[in-house]
Amino acid sequence: MNIKVLYFAALREALGTSGETVALPEGCTTLAGVRALIAARGGDWEKLERMKNLRAAINQRMAEPSATVADGDEVAFFPPVTGG
Amino acid sequence: MSVSVQEADFDIGAEIDALLAGRTDVGAVATFTGLVRDINDGSGVHAMTLEHYPGMTESALEEIVAQARARWDILAVRVIHRVGTLQPADRIVLVIVAGSHRGEAFAACEFIMDYLKTRAPFWKREDTPEGSRWVDARDADDSAAQRWN
Repeated sequence: MNIKVLYFAALREALGTSGETVALPEGCTTLAGVRALIAARGGDWEKLERMKNLRAAINQRMAEPSATVADGDEVAFFPPVTGG
Repeated sequence: MSVSVQEADFDIGAEIDALLAGRTDVGAVATFTGLVRDINDGSGVHAMTLEHYPGMTESALEEIVAQARARWDILAVRVIHRVGTLQPADRIVLVIVAGSHRGEAFAACEFIMDYLKTRAPFWKREDTPEGSRWVDARDADDSAAQRWN
């Protein structure tokens, strides 16, 4: 199962990439699971778990950590928004 | 098209005229314009760059407008949000709400801005004499959005 993962703003800069394709192992089916999987790479990737109040979206809609992730989904992680 | 995300500046008068073109049922128009300030959190700001999430930004703004239309009996809405690099005094955001009467136009305009501040995926980075920094989200914006619950 492959998903697209995007990073924005301060998180994008901290990770040094705006996005990637991530292969999910069996049993990794939630947003919280995806976040933990990527953070487990260590180094800068741990910022995905350490950064305060990180928000997320699935297929361009805000989503909670317990939300289900499916094959082909577009997942995004980002800091709280500051527009307007 | 009620929502636009663009680099270009906008003309408030022209946008109001376009929104009202051909209508004779509007009795009130409320507008909000957000500008880049030259100072924030005690530092001078000489430029601001707005990043966004293309695709989600437009749908998030459309969802906010739909919620405003569901809550108030309003007739027309226009939202424009700029992205890219802006200078102090530049316009950032425009919300226009047209209604039969001022009450719902004022309320819906404020609601749209409060929700935009906390739900639309834009991020500001400021250039200051101390360097470039991402703007932190403000608790006051969360409180402002929550009062509509």
